Amino acid sequence: MRTIREVGIVGYGVYVPQYRVSDEEIARIWHREAPPPVKEKSVVNLDEDSITMSVEAARYAIARARIDPRDIEAIRVGTESKPYAVKPCATVVAEAIGATPKVLACDLEFACKAGTEGLQDCIALVASGMTKYAMAIGVDTAQGRPGDELEYTAGCGAAAYIVGLKSDDTIAYFEGSYSFVTDTPDFWRREGQFYPRHTGRFTGEPAYFRHIVSAAKGLMDELGLKPSDFDYAVFHQPNLKFPLRVARILGFDREKVQPGIVVTEIGNTYAASMLIGLASVLDVAKPGQRILAVSFGSGAGSDAFSIIVQDAIEDKRNLAPRVRDLIRRRALIDYALYVKHRRKIRV
Amino acid sequence: MSVPIYWRESKYRYKLIGSECMKCHKRFYPPKRVCPVCGSRELKDVKLPDKGHVVTYTIIRVPPKGYEEYAPYPIALIELEDGTRLIAQLTDVDPKDVKIGMVVKATFRKLSEIGRDGIIQYGVKFRPLIENES
Ligand SMILES: [Zn+2]
Repeated sequence: MRTIREVGIVGYGVYVPQYRVSDEEIARIWHREAPPPVKEKSVVNLDEDSITMSVEAARYAIARARIDPRDIEAIRVGTESKPYAVKPCATVVAEAIGATPKVLACDLEFACKAGTEGLQDCIALVASGMTKYAMAIGVDTAQGRPGDELEYTAGCGAAAYIVGLKSDDTIAYFEGSYSFVTDTPDFWRREGQFYPRHTGRFTGEPAYFRHIVSAAKGLMDELGLKPSDFDYAVFHQPNLKFPLRVARILGFDREKVQPGIVVTEIGNTYAASMLIGLASVLDVAKPGQRILAVSFGSGAGSDAFSIIVQDAIEDKRNLAPRVRDLIRRRALIDYALYVKHRRKIRV
Repeated sequence: MSVPIYWRESKYRYKLIGSECMKCHKRFYPPKRVCPVCGSRELKDVKLPDKGHVVTYTIIRVPPKGYEEYAPYPIALIELEDGTRLIAQLTDVDPKDVKIGMVVKATFRKLSEIGRDGIIQYGVKFRPLIENES
């Protein structure tokens, strides 16, 4: 998909809560013998949720964008961990950043791809001229059933991207995007249920790999590009194995994938996962470099983007904490405190 | 806090908006209608700086109803960069690590929840500065 007018990113911001629980600690409780999928995962404080993390990420994005928040005329919050079943996160975020009341605001749900689905919307809203700027947020406070494989990775985090027409103020622009969606029952959570369910091994081949590979290939075909044309590749990160393997299938070297890998230190942040990986690439990328970024959401689908970094990145990246700074801010907690922070005991 | 009161005051809590006296230019948080310094009724809303330092603090070990799960937690007198002083809860810091003079930054957090099915109240707290944060 290509827009008639070129659109770019004017600012981006990431937030990762400071608490971490290690996979070693989770394995101590559940007697896991196989090697754990990541090192640690991020855990929210008791006073944090998807709304508060969205606000933090949005404020950093605004700091980098150097714009008046009233010019953000659309906000999309993509999440599967809404504090309210009914009442949008986006309205609270819009109010807290000062974007109300002339603003389009709503939440989107598409498992881990809800954030990039919002990004597609924002690209269209800006390219069409309907809004000056539009902000897409991917955020989750993911929960895994105690002892389940998902508990070793389900993390917390947020990423916000402000989209505007391509100019000297955009830090990168979109060359094109591609979405690939099918009805695939790999992972779900029914209304009223606290924890999700998944189909184990089935989540790999027909879900993650098929959708990411198809979206990435579809995009490269449309743009006439091949893996060697890209300097970086970022994929959704449910664990460390999957993004490395999908990179190999597509023909990307490990060096192009490594800068965007954050899962080993903060876990799978679901709707924020690929967007935080992309931010960590933007933290180090040079003007003129090309990035392939592909999300994956269960259910299932992938959004792929080809992004070219611009000169403004050099100035703007220092206006807010980098992903590395947020990863370094780290307080390790034990399983008992983790259970309290994640309200796993329902009193 | 009732839902209507929470909603009316949310602008001040969400964005750290205080009031400034148009006569003596003192600033207040929470905002006031009458200037406690010069008695003027001419005050206007003003966005206060998000950064400041801890002047003094105390640790709440016996919290009021609705805040039990956060205890023990620090409450601090904070002086913002423009000199405005306010009292706020500190978060993301172990009570034993709080120091006088510590630089802190405003953050948007849950203040309390009115039961499992009630409204979630959000507002400003302060936390230690993150690297590369201005
Ligand atoms: Zn006065």
